[in-house]
Amino acid sequence: MAIHVEHEIHERRKGRNFGVLGLLLAFVGLVFALTVVKVLELGEAKKFETFDHVARPAIIPEEGDTQ
Amino acid sequence: MTDMTAHDTPYEASMGDYFALLKPRVMSLVIFTALVGLLVAPVPVHPFIGFVGVLCIAVGAGASGALNMWWDADIDAVMKRTAKRPIPSGRVQPGEALGIGMALSGFSVVLLALATNMLAAGLLAFTIFFYAVVYSMWLKRSTPHNIVIGGAAGAFPPMVGWAVATGSVSIESFLMFALIFMWTPPHFWALALFVKSDYGDAGVPMLTETHGRDTTRRHVIAYAVLLVPVAIGLGFTSIGGPIYLTVSVLLNLWFVKGAYDIWRRDDAAADADNYAVEKHVFKISLFYLFLHFGALLAEAALRPYGYGGW
Repeated sequence: MAIHVEHEIHERRKGRNFGVLGLLLAFVGLVFALTVVKVLELGEAKKFETFDHVARPAIIPEEGDTQ
Repeated sequence: MTDMTAHDTPYEASMGDYFALLKPRVMSLVIFTALVGLLVAPVPVHPFIGFVGVLCIAVGAGASGALNMWWDADIDAVMKRTAKRPIPSGRVQPGEALGIGMALSGFSVVLLALATNMLAAGLLAFTIFFYAVVYSMWLKRSTPHNIVIGGAAGAFPPMVGWAVATGSVSIESFLMFALIFMWTPPHFWALALFVKSDYGDAGVPMLTETHGRDTTRRHVIAYAVLLVPVAIGLGFTSIGGPIYLTVSVLLNLWFVKGAYDIWRRDDAAADADNYAVEKHVFKISLFYLFLHFGALLAEAALRPYGYGGW
């Protein structure tokens, strides 16, 4: 007895399901590429480095430092 | 089992049927004008951000097309031209079109806001609202001037494209909007004169049927003349230049001459030559818009080499 039962709806909706898969993959690729571009556009990483619940002396602006 | 279900299995909509809901032919014009709006802007945009921007504008336009098909399914079923659309032909359920339209509207606006800026996203949201609610739900069935105000929805894309790049609205983007806005009525009414429409059967007021064909002819020349200062004026802004201005002057002379020919004759004369003039002017109107935006693009492309612009 076959463990996997193939319903006819699987065959009937195959094209549509692959279409949705393609769209989802494209969406993931889009968000990933957008993230890479946005982060690289920031230039200096220090600009978006910040405190994460812990004091980080390394990024405390020094006196006279305009940033 | 397959024997039993073979007869009563409902038609399964394919991806192509869903894609048809997005009105791909309208989308191609939206992509072109939005791309020009983005590329002629004085602020350079990262190519991928620009791609995402135009994609969002295209998907937003598609979403409003799906919402329009959901709302107008009753009209579409009556008219020959639209009877084969996915909903009236039974390939897609109305609820599916509404769901796809709403989901893609939200998706395109939110992604545009995240990828570019709030102004571009706000303008896109307003465009979708304008086409789906102001035009489809309200004006289309209530006034013969539906096409005039509804044309604004088709005029927004270059303004959104410009906002993607600059984050602002300016005289240049406003005039690109005005160019499409003023061009839509004569373009559409030239078509309405020679296409045997069945809008009347569907209960949609069209100028040719509510006010007569002679009034429509007068409207074509009036809007063609009003379009001239808008088109020429755009040539004197920062995105215009000698190439655009030359192209624009020639195209406007051609278009106004065509509109004048439409105005000078009546239906008897038009019947005699099978609406040759009206068909010719409709073709001119397509060139008119394509070449105006093409000339703006040429100015922008030549600018780095010291040729484009003033």
